Amino acid sequence: MKALAAYRDRDRILSVASQIRTLPMPRAIRLMEVCGGHTAAIYRYGLRQLLPAPIDLVSGPGCPVCVTPTAYVDHAIAIAALPNVTVTTFGDLLRVPGTQKSLNHAGADGCDVRVVYSPADAVELARSHSNRIIVFLGIGFETSACTIAAATRDAVRDKLMNFKLFSAIKTMPRALSTLLSNPETRVDGLILPGHVTAITGTAPYEFIACDLGIACCVSGFEPLDLLQSIYSVTTQIVAGRPQVLNSYRRAVRDNGNALAREIMNEMFEPCAMTWRGLGEVPASGLRLKPEFAEWDAASLINAPATTREHPGCRCGAVLRGECHPTECRLFGKSCTPESPIGACMVSSEGACAAVYHYQLADAI
Amino acid sequence: MRDLIHKILAPRYGSTELHKLQDGALLGAHAREIIFTTDSYVVQPLHFPGGDIGTLAVSGTVNDLLVMGAEPRWLSVGMIIEEGLQMAVLEMIVDSIARTAALAGVEIVTGDTKVVPRGRCDGLYINTSGIGLAPFHHGLSSESVAIGDAVIISGTLGDHAVAILGSRMDMKYSHDGKSDCAPLTAMVSAVLRQHRDVKWMRDPTRGGLAACLDEFATSKNCAVLVQEQQLPVAPSTHALCELLGFDPLHLANEGKIMFLVASRSADAVLATLRTTEHGANAAVIGTITSLAKAGVTIETLTGASRRLSRPTGELLPRIC
Repeated sequence: MKALAAYRDRDRILSVASQIRTLPMPRAIRLMEVCGGHTAAIYRYGLRQLLPAPIDLVSGPGCPVCVTPTAYVDHAIAIAALPNVTVTTFGDLLRVPGTQKSLNHAGADGCDVRVVYSPADAVELARSHSNRIIVFLGIGFETSACTIAAATRDAVRDKLMNFKLFSAIKTMPRALSTLLSNPETRVDGLILPGHVTAITGTAPYEFIACDLGIACCVSGFEPLDLLQSIYSVTTQIVAGRPQVLNSYRRAVRDNGNALAREIMNEMFEPCAMTWRGLGEVPASGLRLKPEFAEWDAASLINAPATTREHPGCRCGAVLRGECHPTECRLFGKSCTPESPIGACMVSSEGACAAVYHYQLADAI
Repeated sequence: MRDLIHKILAPRYGSTELHKLQDGALLGAHAREIIFTTDSYVVQPLHFPGGDIGTLAVSGTVNDLLVMGAEPRWLSVGMIIEEGLQMAVLEMIVDSIARTAALAGVEIVTGDTKVVPRGRCDGLYINTSGIGLAPFHHGLSSESVAIGDAVIISGTLGDHAVAILGSRMDMKYSHDGKSDCAPLTAMVSAVLRQHRDVKWMRDPTRGGLAACLDEFATSKNCAVLVQEQQLPVAPSTHALCELLGFDPLHLANEGKIMFLVASRSADAVLATLRTTEHGANAAVIGTITSLAKAGVTIETLTGASRRLSRPTGELLPRIC
């Protein structure tokens, strides 16, 4: 942990903040932090207060729970209600509202819904409970995808036929392409997700700088990391030379993690995926390859979900960077972390939750 | 059941009142007011680094009495045992109860034990109720909160939650990853005997220091400014929080006290705390900044300010 102390050093943080303030900014600059972890860190450390007025930070579609659509939650609840089924999930997803209720409510109604810390825990549960079907709710991006692939590969190797994966795994590049092609999303620069890029490498993002002319920098999650990335992106914008730079070299190699990608490619194939806020995006998801169909929980779904979103919820616009959480009429009134209406108010990486928890009342 | 009481419980709990094995304990009339509290303990796992459900059941109730300004004196222990719980496990927990009670200076004067069929409870549930005499209670005046008052925490944050979570995740921690679970009689008595300027105390258990500060600010309608850089956090807690995205301010403690102290006495109270076993890492972490509006603000390490909100939802089910 000592190594991280340098990235939290007050003097260094304030020095980079002052360098950002001295950059000549001819106009307002809108930067999107793609990753929910970045959003949480920006609010947690109060970094917006250190930036000059022309720089506006908006949140992007990089919070896994937030972009999980209501239909997925509805299907997960329907699976949990099947006889002899245990549903395992990362904790954040428990409280995301479905059309009627959340997985948490399903648990209270008698379904067996359990929180696990890793997909490997779900595989172990399948091993020790051979009389039950253990379904793992696979959400997340490339970072989670490789651990889910590795755990599922173990289940396949050991012929644990009672382990099933319900995949809503998403991949970032195509989603960003869809998002940035939308004229409503006026973004000058991207703070790219650190952990996702540790797997993918920087190559999949080159088109954003080359074709779309948007400045990019891969960032870590410490306050100094984020400010250095904001400095890098703003410098590119001011100079009119968009590129994909990497300020998170202690964790991210430009070519990513080939071994992790190999495991993902072995188990998964690309598929169209529905994102909250973006709708269905071609080739932006991963599903199990046909030869692993016996481990795919999609076979447990026997009817389409009749899903209804709350009409006032603006999670979609927040995830597209079109509005700030406080511009939603429900924010902090009918939608709070205790009683969330939209997914962005649930997850600790959700933009609405970050603003609700961290922003001072007089600043809202 | 009779065997259980005669062979396991009574010999370990040294109270003469208990040994009479009557339907209740005769405590005698006391001229002073008494303070009475109760709490139930359902923690899983029953054993964790730094303690077990027995240590917790005594410490939790004793510490609740202490923060009310009481001198803890008597305890009841009610146990609901799942059929099949190993006798050796029960004996170890009863030993912990006896040892912790002795440390806390309380006598176990009455109790109850029920065994329920397998599957009807998760190993063992314990309820303890405690009675304390109230010598210090009226010294703690919530009315006297003033701008500049200091907020002191008696030690590192979140150690109990991390120990529980670590043992659930089967993570291997070094010795400093232990729960802080302990009765704080000696520490609190040392402070209250030597200082008149303690205005409020609370043990930041579930919800952590954040919930405790929020409750304090709301109930007294005052604003608190916390300095992030002053917060004592053990390296093992810090590491796990980084890994799992938790805030140490949101994590439960079972052996810490938050004190509100008049500013003129803050250094002296801190010095006293640091002479005690459980207060060695005590720190002044904040001040009262307004009596006009309620809220807790934290100045982050970047010098920026943000709201400190109480945690929502359960971070960790059944940690106490």
